[in-house]
Amino acid sequence: MRPAPAPRESVSPLRQLADVLYRRPNLYLALLLVPPLLWFGVVYLGSLLGLLWQSFYTFDDFTMAVTPELTLANLKALFQPANFDIILRTLAMAIAVTIASAALAFPIAYHMARYTSGKTKAFFYIAVMLPMWASYIVKAYAWTLLLAKGGVAQWFLEALHLQPLLQFVLGIPGVGGSTLSTSHLGRFGVFVYIWLPFMILPIQAALERLPPSLLQASADLGATPWQTFRTVVLPLSVPGIAAGSIFTFSLTLGDFIVPQLIGPPGYFIGSMVYAQQGAIGNMPMAAAFTLVPIALIAVYLSIVKRLGAFDAL
Amino acid sequence: MASAVQFTEVSRIYGEVKAIDRVSIDIADGEFFSLLGPSGSGKTTCLRLIAGFEQPSAGSVRIQGVEAAGLPPYQRDVNTVFQDYALFPHMSVRDNVAYGLKVKGVARAERLGRAEEMLGMVALSGLGGRKPAQLSGGQRQRVALARALINRPRVLLLDEPLGALDLKLREQMQSELKKLQRQLGITFIYVTHDQGEALSMSDRVAVFNKGRIEQVDTPHNLYLRPVNAFVAEFVGTSNVLRGELAQRMAGGAALISIRPEHIRLAGGEPLATDEVEVDGLLHDIHFLGAATRYELQLENGQRFTVYQSNDRCAPLALAHRTGERVTARWPRAAMVPLQGEGL
Repeated sequence: MRPAPAPRESVSPLRQLADVLYRRPNLYLALLLVPPLLWFGVVYLGSLLGLLWQSFYTFDDFTMAVTPELTLANLKALFQPANFDIILRTLAMAIAVTIASAALAFPIAYHMARYTSGKTKAFFYIAVMLPMWASYIVKAYAWTLLLAKGGVAQWFLEALHLQPLLQFVLGIPGVGGSTLSTSHLGRFGVFVYIWLPFMILPIQAALERLPPSLLQASADLGATPWQTFRTVVLPLSVPGIAAGSIFTFSLTLGDFIVPQLIGPPGYFIGSMVYAQQGAIGNMPMAAAFTLVPIALIAVYLSIVKRLGAFDAL
Repeated sequence: MASAVQFTEVSRIYGEVKAIDRVSIDIADGEFFSLLGPSGSGKTTCLRLIAGFEQPSAGSVRIQGVEAAGLPPYQRDVNTVFQDYALFPHMSVRDNVAYGLKVKGVARAERLGRAEEMLGMVALSGLGGRKPAQLSGGQRQRVALARALINRPRVLLLDEPLGALDLKLREQMQSELKKLQRQLGITFIYVTHDQGEALSMSDRVAVFNKGRIEQVDTPHNLYLRPVNAFVAEFVGTSNVLRGELAQRMAGGAALISIRPEHIRLAGGEPLATDEVEVDGLLHDIHFLGAATRYELQLENGQRFTVYQSNDRCAPLALAHRTGERVTARWPRAAMVPLQGEGL
């Protein structure tokens, strides 16, 4: 027997709305997408473009006033030796941090993806993410103490009688400094410490998707474990490494706290932006510096893409 | 004939579970040998032990007469066609097929030439430039086959390679595989849970159940002379009679098997001297086209299946009706005594 159609007046307004949305999927989609698109379009991209636009404004050194007269002077100023040094210093650090993070993260991610399950896997997830639960500034300050003269790191190296080695490393120009906490090496170490989880998780996700039968097929066809790693595992985890490196690379390029707290004096792109817009009030120059990480990451992504990293996606 | 693969009292134990338990097999060189059994019966474990993905807990596995224990997969002269094909998604079809030569250091020009040759053999010439994702299931299957054969292994392992294909394609691939095996003259070890597939392709079949081998025999013997109730019921359909009924029919044997197509429903004619019969209630009739399947319920409550070929033009299916009392008859020679308890 066919059920009688429900009387019209008993349909609640909510149900009527649901019916309308069901019949008009495009309206439904639009309602879902408008809030996030507004957020991204206006709040996020809009403010970013607004900031970048200011890099074309004119800053008067004498009156310290910003006038909306368009000029390329700020962008040209980026290539002055003092500013270009900042860019190179930041870029070199970002590359070093990214490479070290990838090298450290890969074995952990591989172990998590292939050899853990259930509780052990949960343990690894928590262990990797636990440092991210604490405030980033607290961690950076903690490292200044750990690495300081007479701090834990130094005490530990003394206990191992590695003092001469430390002195030797700190003596290398471009790497060392007077103490660990004022050396490039210390700064590099803290960056790697802070961004490592951002590298581990994407690599782990990529390796998780790798079917075990692919590794067996490779071994079956005569490949040694090293050949399997080079020709199967590594190429298929490149999208994960690329995703992770975008994090470590861009976060290092934009950071302004670690360079101030740890390492030798000298600006990073992030701390330069901070100084330009905060202490000096030169918003156009700060905006010009903001453009640098964006341009560098665009270049980086196009290189990664050309290398075929995203072909397997 | 020399042994291609020889298992001697091989066990593989995971904690408490015996995946295979004291299995001995001797597979001859050039044989098409199938490992048949329900899922979890240990057939795939056997294949993995030959490939080297697993190591035996006890016993010895010899490949071409050489003890294989401890040898990693990449040092074994066997290759595998995987159930999920396991093609490398980031490589072209050509590079997939040439992979086995590449890791052995064969020069690029030579290995690509041989890959092209292999692709020709599996009728995929011209598709070498594609990625595996751009191929159909049947084509991927052929690529997996070409890739596994390029190293010219003495033994090819196939792990339910046709499981993901539809029926028509599966039948076509079955005859192609059989042809290929004859042409290459190498040993094929074929894992399947499909008894029809095993019977139609194999020289010999090993029937697995719960980690043990029930019977190793030719398809013909496996079907006509099953040794026990498991084999009789797993390979084809069988009526297994037990206890008092078996005693009465066969005189002595505790457990007998009768194939449904050897039985016919009697139409009132007198019982021949070399025949036996049993009465039952016609429970269900399934018209299958070429044959009709009758489901009977015997007096002791047992189900009994009869296949009657529809080889005459008369509408046989209409000759009986469900609920009717019928008599099933078969020649004494159709009864196969089985090992085991006739509970």
